Amino acid sequence: MTANGPQTVTTSESDGATSDDAMTDDAPLGSPRVDDAVIESRDLDVYYGDDQALHGINMDIPERKVTALIGPSGCGKSTFLRSINRMNDLIDIARVEGDLYFHGKNVYDEDVDPVALRRKIGMVFQKPNPFPKSIFDNVAYGLRVQGKDDGDVEEKVRTALERAALLDEVEDQLDSSGLDLSGGQQQRLCIARAIAPDPEVILMDEPASALDPVATSKIEDLVEELAEEYTVVIVTHNMQQAARISDKTAVFLTGGHLVEFDDTNKIFENPESDRVEDYITGKFG
Amino acid sequence: MSTEPIDLSREDNNVGSLVDRAAKWIFFACALVTVLTTLAIILVLVDGAIDFFSQVSLVEYLTGTDWSPRDATDPSFGVLPLVWGTLVVTVGSALIALPVGTLTAIYLSEYADERVRRTVKPTLEVLAGIPTIVYGFFALSFITPIIQYFNPDVGTFNVLSGAIVVGIMIIPMVSSISEDAMSAVPDSLRNAAYGLGATKFEVSTQVVLPASLSGILAAYILAISRAIGETMAVTLAVGMLPQITASPFAEMQTMTAYMVEIGTGDASVGSIGYMSLFAIGLTLFLMTFTMNVGSMWVRSRYREEYQ
Ligand SMILES: Nc1ncnc2c1ncn2[C@@H]1O[C@H](COP(=O)(O)OP(=O)(O)O)[C@@H](O)[C@H]1O
Ligand SMILES: [Mg+2]
Repeated sequence: MTANGPQTVTTSESDGATSDDAMTDDAPLGSPRVDDAVIESRDLDVYYGDDQALHGINMDIPERKVTALIGPSGCGKSTFLRSINRMNDLIDIARVEGDLYFHGKNVYDEDVDPVALRRKIGMVFQKPNPFPKSIFDNVAYGLRVQGKDDGDVEEKVRTALERAALLDEVEDQLDSSGLDLSGGQQQRLCIARAIAPDPEVILMDEPASALDPVATSKIEDLVEELAEEYTVVIVTHNMQQAARISDKTAVFLTGGHLVEFDDTNKIFENPESDRVEDYITGKFG
Repeated sequence: MSTEPIDLSREDNNVGSLVDRAAKWIFFACALVTVLTTLAIILVLVDGAIDFFSQVSLVEYLTGTDWSPRDATDPSFGVLPLVWGTLVVTVGSALIALPVGTLTAIYLSEYADERVRRTVKPTLEVLAGIPTIVYGFFALSFITPIIQYFNPDVGTFNVLSGAIVVGIMIIPMVSSISEDAMSAVPDSLRNAAYGLGATKFEVSTQVVLPASLSGILAAYILAISRAIGETMAVTLAVGMLPQITASPFAEMQTMTAYMVEIGTGDASVGSIGYMSLFAIGLTLFLMTFTMNVGSMWVRSRYREEYQ
């Protein structure tokens, strides 16, 4: 791959995303439109074979904020997250309909290269998945793959580890295997790996669900800090976590519907939907 | 609630426990037979080889460049021409099978869709099951004529044809074992790389290959070891002329082919020709044994590459 090949996602004029194509029947309660949206989902349906996992999702994700996706297991949170950076392309039976705009460009347009898209939208997974390589090489991998390893790789790796609040703990073992770290450290390593190539958006799929409470709170602090520079979209099934760290919250319920999307305070204090209120207060789900 | 203690002691004359103990002994006996057979083979080889080396010096055997054991007046027992024949076939076949087999494995594991994989993999395994004499016949009737088409001076028996056919023969072994190793690499690693904007090619070569390296190296060693021991195909294709030459078109003889020649010929028991079988057999055994131990070492050395 060349460093700056032709495969950059066009980020120029928006085509229709911001126009007032009105809310459809699938519009969630709350205020799904924001002014500074980086990602705009419009009537997005996702199918696995014949099963529809997401129904007409409409949602705007604001820049440099933490947007939390919550809801019971199996309601399509991960599916929605993967449709943002087209990781669903890797699942043979997955099919996407509708539009998803990133800076006004529909990422499902013919001319979009998912590889280029993923370079702008990094991802952190549920289970820590460091490569069986050294800590240094783990963080440097994204830089190398994206051709950003020209300058001072060492400096970039250290900066990323620093931002991921891991540098102090691994400073003098950068050459040892990433697999030798604890689970919480591995997850912060994966975060460092995701931010090293400096993406714009970071998608996180329950990044703390496999971790103990101490490691979890470190990740939570980190997420809030990351939002100063990045747009963060985080899936969690832990409602307190969403309430603590997010600015916006999207509540997915039963069968892949986005029921309500609004400021986190509003969702947790005074949701419009009774079902969301029931879910938040633990009456079901 | 009852406080009566429950009985957890073994019932000794229980049928189940009898079967259990009988089974253990039967399994043990089977394992023992296997081990004893292996030991017996080694013993026979060593015993025969000792007889041989009481008449031929080890130095002559290991360093001599002339192998003419049945020369009535001046027999000569330098094993190097036979080792050379084996080496050329092995290296030549590895040059073909390792790259082709590895690329096939990458294709099957990373690129092919489920339907293709489901047809190609069993087909490869069928290829691996074809009797090797058939491969030898294939070399004589198909590969050699093609070589002769490009170079009419080449004789019926030539080492190139043998190397090619052995290479074809061991491709399934390389690709099948390598593919198993690559498929065992967890998807979470692939996703990590895709998520960073890696292409399919980068994921295959930079993530999957390194993570499955131990399995791939083991496949290589096993395949090479198979090439060393390969007999019928090379006997038919390479010929019966022990000589050291750099020409890929020359007739040669491998160690195994020599054993076929003597084993099927009229060497009388106790003759030096007969005894040389054991020396060659032991040499072959040591070579393949070393390779297999190497394969085990590689596997354990490079294991736990991923969780
Ligand atoms: N790879 C897949 N193949 C088929 N069905 C899937 C796949 N991934 C998810 N699904 C289905 O899609 C629905 C939503 O799943 P998911 O997005 O993982 O939910 P969540 O992350 O909210 O728990 C579920 O019914 C699940 O069974
Ligand atoms: Mg999920």
